[in-house]
Amino acid sequence: MKKTKPLLTALAMLVLGMSAAQAEYALNLPTGVTQISREVYDLHMTVIWICVGIGVVVFGAMFYSIYHHRKSRGAVAAQFHESTKVEIVWTVIPFIILISMAIPATKAMIDMDDTSNADLSIKVTGYQWKWRYEYLDEGIDFMSNLDPLSNAARQKGSTIKPERVLHYLRNVDRPLVVPVNKKIRFLFTAADVIHSWWVPELGWKKDTIPGFITEAWTKIEKPGVYRGQCAELCGKDHGFMPIVVVAKTEEEYAQWVAEQKGEAAAKVEAAGKTWTQDDLIATGEKVYNSNCASCHQANGEGVPGTFPAIAGSPVVTGPIERHIEVVLKGGGSMMPPFADTLDAVDLAAVISFQRNAFGNNIGDAVQPSDIRSRLASSR
Amino acid sequence: MTAAATTHDEYHDHGPAKGFMRWIVTTNHKDIGTLYLVFALVMFFVGGIMAMVIRMELFEPGMQFVDPQFFNSMTTMHALVMVFGAVMPAFAGLANWMIPMMIGAPDMALPRLNNMSFWVLVFAVLLLASTLFMEGGAPAAGWTLYPPLVLQGGNNLPFAVFSVHLLGVSSILASINIIVTILNMRAPGMTMMKMPLFCWTWLITAFLLIAVLPVFAAAVTMLLTDAHFGTSFFDAAGGGDPVLYQHLFWFFGHPEVYIIVLPAFGVVSTVIPTFSRKPLFGYSSMVYATASIAFLSMIVWAHHQFTVGMPLAGELYFMYATMLIAVPTGVKVLNWTATMWKGSLTFETPMLFAVAFVVLFTFGGFTGVMLSLAPADFQYHDSYFVVAHFHYTLVVGGTFPVFAAVYYWLPKWTGHMYNEKLGQLHFWLTLFSFNLTFLVQHFLGLAGMPRRIPDYAIQFADFNMISSIGAFILGASQLLFLYIVVQTIRGGEKATDEVWEDAAKHGLEWTLPSPPPYHTFATAPEIK
Ligand SMILES: [Cu+2]
Repeated sequence: MKKTKPLLTALAMLVLGMSAAQAEYALNLPTGVTQISREVYDLHMTVIWICVGIGVVVFGAMFYSIYHHRKSRGAVAAQFHESTKVEIVWTVIPFIILISMAIPATKAMIDMDDTSNADLSIKVTGYQWKWRYEYLDEGIDFMSNLDPLSNAARQKGSTIKPERVLHYLRNVDRPLVVPVNKKIRFLFTAADVIHSWWVPELGWKKDTIPGFITEAWTKIEKPGVYRGQCAELCGKDHGFMPIVVVAKTEEEYAQWVAEQKGEAAAKVEAAGKTWTQDDLIATGEKVYNSNCASCHQANGEGVPGTFPAIAGSPVVTGPIERHIEVVLKGGGSMMPPFADTLDAVDLAAVISFQRNAFGNNIGDAVQPSDIRSRLASSR
Repeated sequence: MTAAATTHDEYHDHGPAKGFMRWIVTTNHKDIGTLYLVFALVMFFVGGIMAMVIRMELFEPGMQFVDPQFFNSMTTMHALVMVFGAVMPAFAGLANWMIPMMIGAPDMALPRLNNMSFWVLVFAVLLLASTLFMEGGAPAAGWTLYPPLVLQGGNNLPFAVFSVHLLGVSSILASINIIVTILNMRAPGMTMMKMPLFCWTWLITAFLLIAVLPVFAAAVTMLLTDAHFGTSFFDAAGGGDPVLYQHLFWFFGHPEVYIIVLPAFGVVSTVIPTFSRKPLFGYSSMVYATASIAFLSMIVWAHHQFTVGMPLAGELYFMYATMLIAVPTGVKVLNWTATMWKGSLTFETPMLFAVAFVVLFTFGGFTGVMLSLAPADFQYHDSYFVVAHFHYTLVVGGTFPVFAAVYYWLPKWTGHMYNEKLGQLHFWLTLFSFNLTFLVQHFLGLAGMPRRIPDYAIQFADFNMISSIGAFILGASQLLFLYIVVQTIRGGEKATDEVWEDAAKHGLEWTLPSPPPYHTFATAPEIK
């Protein structure tokens, strides 16, 4: 009984989540949870109503004409044309309408642009195809990937139905956690190509550009989970890099920060100890599936002509020095460097895994401490 | 020129070369017009098949048919093929057929150049299409070819770049030809302000093409040197900036929208008066509006880049400038409405397509005004709202007027009436399925679905399925169009010279026999 209870709760949550997902059906922009998102929403609605008004007048006249001025109803063509007076009127009126739209738009634009006086700063880096979040004041730093269940379901020929996955393609392994009612300044950049960070409930998106920093800000007013995804085409898996923002009350956020710091300390310790080969391989398999499999494929066969196979690869089955170098620094035009995006444990684990999987039987392994000293010396 | 025209007169009964070679070596504006139109129709189906692949994959959540990389190639190639292979050649075909007949000229001013610009186009498009069969696949970075992503394309990049160069050469040659023809070959008495509006819109479009295509060619050349010759125009590590490419691209890309739509305005301004049995309400204001739109289109480009992190002043400038385009566009719409007002309207297929164009294009204009508002664009940008918007402007602007033009002039070209019942069926099917496909995409975008994704969250499933069903009907309906055109070419009721009631009041082409002889206006007509 005790064991089934969490299972039942999980199921109930799944069902609730599903119906919530159904309820999420929307025809319109969300009002959102920030001052900016509301300003944008109001602007959007104002313009829609103005357009509806113009549409009623213009299309009304046109359909009146289509109905009443038909030859089949005996209409005889008038031959009037050219009237400077009319032309001036219908040039000036749209101009005035446009000014009435430009005023609230300018105000919203100025508000959106003001990133000053932020309470905390978060640096967001776009990678093909994941996000990295660095809390500049707290020293917290982690990657956020598509959740494993969505990732399995989105593969061609997968037996997992997308409908059965909670928040399919809109869920991540580690969400961005932020406090409510604090002005957060985001600093955006990218490691490879241009991405765009978009959470509709916050009211905007911003491009992340390699080699440049772009800025935006938000102040979330309601605790909750807000979902979005990359909006700028960034290659093969552009559709598979979601964003999840969890907004917590100040106390809960402080607690979360403390937890993260504890975990970071544990990680440092893990990287220092000596691992058995089995542990490395077991951890490495998970790392492989979330970081390597989208190109080199889950079976290690790669995609002929595009992504090389891991199985029997000359790099993987050759000297370990070279293998480590390729994983750390990248290679070719497509393989990204992983030195910055994976920690020492994950790097050691995935290299050890690749050398002993898919029929590769090298039998050796590399220790996290080894990778760590290598990373330290290369910086 | 005069000498050449006189010599020609003596042989004025000579017809086309015999056999297949006629179509290769022809310098006749009617033949070249036909070549352009046939090529455009073929590419319309090629691009359409790509759209079907896209909508098939998006029919339901999950990946069923293609890999994400191939999906990206399809969205990229669909856009490139439709814009450069189908819509632009279609308008070039209409220009070739109609401009000489509208201004009372015997042919285009530069007939050999005319042949060359067509065949360069064919090679350019084949070059681009060849990448589909290469290892690594066709370009997959979107039709905008943004770096750094496009630089990951490998072998397809040089092919795409060279193809763009050739497309540019072809379009610039055609533009030069159109400008020279219109400025020099008008019949005596055909003053500029008496020209049919279609000639005016093409004249302005031709200048626009010459102004912006070299910038696009330069931008893609910089991509090529970045990829293969060690430059860093768009690479921050070498002092460049990826956003620079976007500025260059959209300096071309935004006017490109009007390059497609201005000739469409010309067609609609020709068709509506004929079926309203009234002159166009404000001819000169239409000419000025066209020129203002062309000018404005060159100073608004960065509204495609509101989210790249421009300074506030830049955001505001590009917002205000973009909003201004609504004024001359509004003038056009109101002019068409006033032309219909108190007319004696009939709704044959060309008129149906023209009126649908006015209504749907205005709708696309409304969403365009919404997108021009920079802060709101921070939500709309790169979402399906944008996809819906530009299909309402470009499909409606690039195909509805071409359909209107083909139904309008096909009896003139072939000497046969098309089947009016089938034509109207084609119209209603197209209208219905077009809206089924694209109307719901507005909702998808507002609800948060980004563009260019091969798979989506469950809350987007229903609208995507509706959109796909619409797309399949839209695609299938175009086979009916093909059938109607082939049927009309092969036979049917004889068309009169005027074809449409009192059409001769609306253009010189209707004073010619249907079909017109191989050479027309060898002697210039007199214009009162
Ligand atoms: Cu991305």
